[in-house]
Amino acid sequence: MTVFQKFREGLVEWVIRASGVASIFIVALILIFLLKEGGGLFQTQKLGDFLLGQKWYPISEPGEFGILPLILGSILVTLGAAAISVPLGVAAAIYIAEVAPSYLKELLKSGVEILAAIPSVVLGFVGLATIVPWMKIIFHLPTGLTAFSGSVVLAFMAMPTIVSIAEDALHSVPRSYKEGAYALGATHWQTIYRVVLPAASPGIMAAVMLGIGRVVGETMAVMMITGNAASIPRGILYPVRTLTATIAAEMGETVQGSEHYFALFSIGIVLFVITFIINMTADMFLHREPK
Amino acid sequence: MPKRSLTVVSAALLLILSWFASAPALAKNSNSLQVKGSDTMVNLVQAWVEEYMKKEPQAFIAVTGGGSGTGLAALINGTCDIAVSSRQIKGQERELAGKKGVTPTEYKVALDGLAVVVNPANPVSQLTLDQLVDIFTGKIKNWKELGGEDLNIVILSREVNSGTHVYFKEHVLRKNDAKSTAEFSSDALMMPSSQAIADEVKNNRSAVGYYGMGYIGKDHKAVSVAKAEGSPHVFPSVERVIAGDYPISRPLFFYVNGQGSEDVKKFMDFILSPEGQAIVTQVDFVPIQIKS
Repeated sequence: MTVFQKFREGLVEWVIRASGVASIFIVALILIFLLKEGGGLFQTQKLGDFLLGQKWYPISEPGEFGILPLILGSILVTLGAAAISVPLGVAAAIYIAEVAPSYLKELLKSGVEILAAIPSVVLGFVGLATIVPWMKIIFHLPTGLTAFSGSVVLAFMAMPTIVSIAEDALHSVPRSYKEGAYALGATHWQTIYRVVLPAASPGIMAAVMLGIGRVVGETMAVMMITGNAASIPRGILYPVRTLTATIAAEMGETVQGSEHYFALFSIGIVLFVITFIINMTADMFLHREPK
Repeated sequence: MPKRSLTVVSAALLLILSWFASAPALAKNSNSLQVKGSDTMVNLVQAWVEEYMKKEPQAFIAVTGGGSGTGLAALINGTCDIAVSSRQIKGQERELAGKKGVTPTEYKVALDGLAVVVNPANPVSQLTLDQLVDIFTGKIKNWKELGGEDLNIVILSREVNSGTHVYFKEHVLRKNDAKSTAEFSSDALMMPSSQAIADEVKNNRSAVGYYGMGYIGKDHKAVSVAKAEGSPHVFPSVERVIAGDYPISRPLFFYVNGQGSEDVKKFMDFILSPEGQAIVTQVDFVPIQIKS
């Protein structure tokens, strides 16, 4: 190896190492920034009042910064979306991976990918024009801007993530497992239900968690169709305000360094913690040793 | 082949980058003005700008909405030349502007009546200010209590970055009393724009919302408002706001940094001229009295 080659390889190695470290470095910087900016709130507010307070009146004097209604709003919308998208997504993945004929398989896969490519503001707009009025008529509600409307639209957003990752997991189940099942006289459905699904379950759980992660962080569509009322939600058919929509709707107004500004960053920390836990859980499922 | 495509990609990237680099420079060269702020006033400002650009073809004025607070924040951060605001600047904002070397100068450019609107199918067509307070704070929950149908009231409000939200809270809910702590009901739906409120009112017979008079359309019914029990109920119209009998009317403002540039001054002169104020009436706002 010439000196030049050695130098060149050393350089390449250094560049890719820097790229690898960069992502962690950036996450660390974002976290430090969030903590620094969000921490300012707790010089004047108690952590308990912030997390468990029931009133969100950020621009009043003095402002009230209780985010319990917002946390519950986010949870409600997310649970609703999961209840719709998980069964649908996993069933679609099973169909694509195990049942569909190959021409249909390709068609369905690209269909799911197109669904993933639709910008959330477009889905929100479509939801506003269709789902919101339907909700109002179907459930005889005073308004169609409800948590459930948000859940339905978000379910469409979580579906592509769930389907494609779960499909990958099902696809990577070794062929010998299935052959073994068939050799024992199991039917196609029994093989799927008793052998393929359990073998792929860590991957499917990861798919579900990543799908939920996408729902928690989604902003634009929920802001358009959940009504944004900051009261403790009384049910899934009532308007709610989510954490993400609060940041997006209010950030334009805040004066840098004000309590309101700090409070929005503190909401950012709460969101960061929630998505961090969700991603960690997904990661645990993915890297669990197969039994 | 891969080498060639790499060249093409990098050439394309360079082109895009150079465009980004030159775009702001281009905008600065001509006498372009950035005008930003109140959503309520976007139509009005747009009408002014169109008329002004007909007279001064070399001028270029870009108008964006986003809310009064957003416009004032942009003026303070130096990213716009004129902030359009439907509320007066706050002390806190003035202080922050001072720190950044910006001195906001206030111009009153028009008046606006805030209309309280309901669905045309709603039989309620007149309310007192006290009833409005009770509706928007959540004390009255059903239209029945106001002589309407047996329907739960759906309160529609603007988001907190809206000057209209702030004005309605301070002047209606709190009745100009600095000590009052009245708030919008936490069940109020926070809508991102006046248009979103208009759309929901159109489709929802139990909804009530508020916005600038300019937004009243044929699918909405504006409510006549009385100052107190026993006073006459006044419908929000240009004449009533000029006469000063409509109880929920407010001044609209432009804020510029210091004296403003020559271009800003020229535009301000046009707006405050009788010609500029005539446009105000055309878009359903109320002109200010011009001292001559």
